Order: sequence, then structure tokens, then C-alpha cells
Amino acid sequence: MAHEHKLEIFRGLVKFKSNTQKIWGVLVFLTLVTTVEVILGIYKPESLMAKFIGMKILNWIFIILTLVKAYYITWDFMHMRDEVKALRRMVVWTAIFLIIYLIFILLQEGGYIEGVYAKGFIKRDF
Amino acid sequence: MSNTVVTTDVEVKTWGGGNEPLKASYGKMMMWFFIVSDALTFSGFLAAYGFSRFKFIEYWPIADEVFTHVPFLHGQELPMIYVAFMTFVLIMSSVTMVLAVDAGHHLNKAKVTVYMLLTIIGGLIFVGSQAWEWSTFIKGDHGAVQTKGGNILQFVNTEGHRVALRDFVVAGSHERVQQDSKNGLWFVSESTLPTYTVEEVIQGLESHKDILVRTQTINEHGHKTVLSREESLKQLKNNGKVVVEGANLHVNEYGSPLFADFFFFITGFHGFHVFSGVIINIIIFFNVILGTYEKRKSYEMVEKVGLYWHFVDLVWVFVFTFFYLV
Repeated sequence: MAHEHKLEIFRGLVKFKSNTQKIWGVLVFLTLVTTVEVILGIYKPESLMAKFIGMKILNWIFIILTLVKAYYITWDFMHMRDEVKALRRMVVWTAIFLIIYLIFILLQEGGYIEGVYAKGFIKRDF
Repeated sequence: MSNTVVTTDVEVKTWGGGNEPLKASYGKMMMWFFIVSDALTFSGFLAAYGFSRFKFIEYWPIADEVFTHVPFLHGQELPMIYVAFMTFVLIMSSVTMVLAVDAGHHLNKAKVTVYMLLTIIGGLIFVGSQAWEWSTFIKGDHGAVQTKGGNILQFVNTEGHRVALRDFVVAGSHERVQQDSKNGLWFVSESTLPTYTVEEVIQGLESHKDILVRTQTINEHGHKTVLSREESLKQLKNNGKVVVEGANLHVNEYGSPLFADFFFFITGFHGFHVFSGVIINIIIFFNVILGTYEKRKSYEMVEKVGLYWHFVDLVWVFVFTFFYLV
């Protein structure tokens, strides 16, 4: 088995000398992202509370940063970067497609029921 | 004639076995496919959480107000700090795991051993933290009153800070004794009775003029609605039904019982994954020490459990976001 690792992250912007170095580099990046999330979560800046496509901008930032973290965990810790294209697509595309489908359907339905509770004749405040 | 022979040759090469179009061994590939299916299970849980939250979007508990405790720092409100620590521990143990895999590629037994041990310790710290988080959540902090409609009424002072029931309610003598199956009918045992009765809470609220009721409804500023003094008394007297302390699968002092249910199911399922991951890591750790992979001249087993361990970390990243941040 070949143990060749692709040592570039950020589309070649950062290139590490060895695999061990890359691991520490990715750790630094992940820690940074988590710190940003925690700081935003504690202070909740008022400017990010505006709604954008049905959700607060802050929540969109959290979700995007989570996906960024997930990408680097999968690509560098799980070595997805070094796998062949076919395996990568089999795993990633399948999961992403099914999860997006599930989330869309459930959130759509949840929003609908919320509407029924709010605008229908269902009393909740007692 | 010679043409036919050549074709047969190619066929032997393609279909004769030993071919690895994905350049991954059977075990590793199957680990990936297991991870895909497990990821779908977790996203089922998280999407169901999203469903319930969207359903009660105006009433859902605010996570920052629920998870504010840090061990050894009693009574201080430090939202997110401890979960952030847990996240960091798990990411760190993921790093030691990937370093173990890397050392395995260089057939460096000593290094693999050390890094596996560190990974196991990280996993144990995480599981322990989660147990602590659970027990804090179950025990609760301030206490609340549940209404007939299943809504939660919490208590705040005029500055909007939470007030615990024990700070303004005086427990009287109770006539109701907890029903045990050993002294009652065997099928009518019940859970622990709350420290106070609703009447005592009403008396406490009447005698403390500076305490108000806070409902579950989130106002346009993203805060829970605080009722006026008259409204508070009226709401509590008319609708108060049970005193709730802490959380379980039926009631939850922090708000919707569904919040507690999902908390227990999702973090519990994840904690179970971490726990089994630690067990598997321990098995592999001993195999490394015994030199099983040294003899095999391949540390691929470490890589496979590594995939599982990273996956557990990956799931936590999402649980962290959807339970504690969003």
C-alpha cells in the first residue's frame, strides 16, 4: 500500500512538509474555527441577528463553519483527500444527497405545523 | 487464434479477483460504507430535532441558558465554555489518532502505542464530561412550574435574572407520601415527589414582590417573555399544575420536554459511540502492544478504527452546532 499523502490544504495555498506537520496545521485551523464559533455564540452580535432565508445570519455562519470543520476532518484526518475519486464520491455524494433531502422534508413539515399552531385555532397558552 | 488468447488474458486480469479499483482494502471500504449508514442514522436524529424545533420555534429553550455549568465553578453562569472544552478534547484525541495512523505507516510500534494511549485517555475524558453534563441536566438548577397545557413557567427577579424555587419558596409539611411499589399496590409506584407543592410556590410568589414569571415564548428580541406582576400571579394560580425540578423524558424545567428527549437521545447515542470507540481503541491498543500488527507488517487495523474514531468526532461537530450554538 502506498502511503503518499497530498500535503496541500486551502487549494494549494498552504503546503506542508510532512504528514505530521499537516495534521498539526489542520488542528490549529479547527481550533481557530471552534474558537470563533464559541465567541460568536457567547456574544451573539446584534448585527448578525437579521434574518436571511428564514434563519438568522448568525445561525448560517455556524452551519457554514461546521461544514468547513467537517470537510477538514473528513479530508485530512480520515484521509479522504488521498482516496481515489470513485470512493470519495460514493461516500460523500450519497450521504450529502440523502441528508439534504431528509432535512428539507422534515424542516418543511415542521414549519408547516408551526404555522397551523400559530394561525389555526389551537390554543397553547394555558 | 492468437487474438482470442489475448482477450482471455485480459479477462483473467479484470475479473480474476485481486483487483482494487477503489485502491482501498475490503475492510477499509466497508468501514467507509458503515460510516455512511451511521451518518444517516445521526442525521435522522438531528433532522428530527430540527423538525420539533421548527414546530415549536417560538417556544424552544435557549441552549445558552440551559448549559451554563462548568465543574468546580459552582454557581457561575458560563455558557458554552465546558462544551467548547469537550469539543476541543475530542478534536485533540482525533489528532492523536491520526498521528497513530501516521506512525503505523512508518511501522513505528512505540509511537503507535503512545498515541493510541493518548487517544483512549481523550475519549475517556470526553465520556466522563458527558456523564457530568447529563447529571447536571437531570438534576436541574432553578426549578419551574408546569402548567395544565404543558408549558413551563420559570421565575426571574425584576432585573431578569433567574431565581431558583429554593430562594423564595418555603416547603411546608407534606401529607402526600411517595408511593412505593413495596408499600402500595405493586403497579402504582411513582417517581420522587418534588420538594414543593404548587400552593407553596404560589405563596412564595405572593410574599416576594420582586419575583416575576417568565414564560417559554420567545419575543422579538430573542429573549423569553417576562410577565407583569399581576399576570404572573394570575398565570400561576390559574394554570400551574406540577412543580418540576430538573429534567427527564416526561418533564423538563428548561422548557419543552422534547428538548430533553432529544438531548438524551442524541448525546446519549453519540456518547455510546464514543464509549464503544474507546473499547475498540483499547482492544487495538493491546494488539499493538502484543505486536500483532508488527508481525503482520501492516497497521491497517489502526487506520480502520481511526476512521471510526474520526467519525465520532465528526458527528460531535454537528451535535455541538445544532444543540449548543444554533
